[in-house]
Amino acid sequence: MSDRTLRGKAAIVGIGQTTYYKHGGSPDSEFKLALMAVVNACKDAGISPHDVDGFASYGNDRSDAPRLASALGCKEFRFSNMFWGGGGGGVCGAVANAAAAVATGMADCVVAFRSLAQGQFARYGRGTGAPLAAGDDQFLFPYGMMSPAQRFAMKVTRFMHEHGIRQEALRAISLACYHHAQNNPNAVMRGRPLDAAKYDNSRWIIEPFFHLFDCCQENDGAAAVIVVAADCAKDFPNKPAYMLGAVQGCDHRSAAPVHNMSGYPSSHFRALAPHLYNMAKLGPADMQVVQCYENFTGGVLMSLVEHGLVKPDEANEFLVTENLLAPDGRMPLNTSGGNLAECYMHGLELVIESVHQIRGDAVNQLKRNDTAIVIGGPMVTPVSSIILGSEAAL
Amino acid sequence: MSDFYLPEGLPAPSSAPDGLAQPYWDGTKQRKLMVQKCRGCGAWQWGPEWICHRCHSFDLDWQEIEGRGRIYSYQRPHHPVHAALNGHGPYIVVLVELPQYGNIRMVGNLLGDPRQEVKIGAPVEAVFEPHAEFTLVQWRVS
Repeated sequence: MSDRTLRGKAAIVGIGQTTYYKHGGSPDSEFKLALMAVVNACKDAGISPHDVDGFASYGNDRSDAPRLASALGCKEFRFSNMFWGGGGGGVCGAVANAAAAVATGMADCVVAFRSLAQGQFARYGRGTGAPLAAGDDQFLFPYGMMSPAQRFAMKVTRFMHEHGIRQEALRAISLACYHHAQNNPNAVMRGRPLDAAKYDNSRWIIEPFFHLFDCCQENDGAAAVIVVAADCAKDFPNKPAYMLGAVQGCDHRSAAPVHNMSGYPSSHFRALAPHLYNMAKLGPADMQVVQCYENFTGGVLMSLVEHGLVKPDEANEFLVTENLLAPDGRMPLNTSGGNLAECYMHGLELVIESVHQIRGDAVNQLKRNDTAIVIGGPMVTPVSSIILGSEAAL
Repeated sequence: MSDFYLPEGLPAPSSAPDGLAQPYWDGTKQRKLMVQKCRGCGAWQWGPEWICHRCHSFDLDWQEIEGRGRIYSYQRPHHPVHAALNGHGPYIVVLVELPQYGNIRMVGNLLGDPRQEVKIGAPVEAVFEPHAEFTLVQWRVS
């Protein structure tokens, strides 16, 4: 049994991203953005793109892996993998799939990436305009329920109701993200700080819990990480960030149609999180920084609860901004600004920020930086999360 | 006053391509609320699927149920997610739980003032909203 783990078997040794833009702001095509992110990640790892031999992505990424491998002239192409599901539920899953490939010898150097130029394709905040709705949508769209925000608002309303959690807990999450972004040169929301009054006065997207600032941005950009087997991780110039634990999947019947999953008010991590900690041989109290995907702040709240990082009956007291800030907060959260304020790169920016923290070169650097948890795409299905760590955490 | 809760022009429901949900839409046209019930184990199932999630029987019946439930969750969207909703203003979507049918849940609009206070747990009843090609099921506080 002891061999059946990713713990300590793989590491991220290169990180790359493009400039992040507001949706529609990129001068470059989506596929070119993907190429730029991969090239930047290779540069960071001190390797040639010719040496990449696999690609893993998620969210129905349009940048086709065989085309990437051909455009980059990869000498070998031994692994290609796409994580099911839309949005960012697969962000950590893609990194874990890359890790599984290198840990098992299927490939040696796998890129996990996401490229997303929403300005060049469909946006998320609006229906497609198709005249007919089929599948699950036939029971939702005719009632004016068709955006991801709406899909998830039902869960958040119910969760807040069941646990008596107030809007201020969600506000603290948003304020922390915006605060961290102000130090981040690549954050789209740098120079646009947020305070409580601005949050409270922002327009409703959906009552009762989705203000404008509870919702992620829509952006253009790309990001990539280079994953290699742990036994060669020290051959690269930067300090490796080792895979300590990984899970992907969802809770019981989380895709049951018309909002009929059991345990409904959930980010879908309840059954997964214990497996994550078991693999990592660590617990929630060992997590020194938390990077949690904000599609919407309510999803962050439920993810934190389901990963044992916050107790639901303590959420009102614990989720105050100062507890969530680097470097001295009790649980620094989304220390580069996250999806809300750095860039909605479907969470891959959260993985990259975790690597920065472990290396010790983050824009809001923590003093304790041996472990980081990354939580991907709450409330979508399937979801994924990983724990990364320094050599000291192995 | 329109006969419809929301403006016309939203996507119309379609059971294509596999027809799985057609008995539901045939039912609403006759003002009947039909959901799946497993002939194998008696489980209620909504939305429709080809197999019973509990006993794996493919022998799923459609049964008429009473359109009564309670509000399990809700939302009041303000942001228009479709061109037909531009300038329309807020409206209410409810997730209704039907305790007498295995706690299956259904989605619809809550009729009445779109700015009314919505109480989770409030009893609601189904109201049929006929359109030219299909009939929707809405809910009002009972």
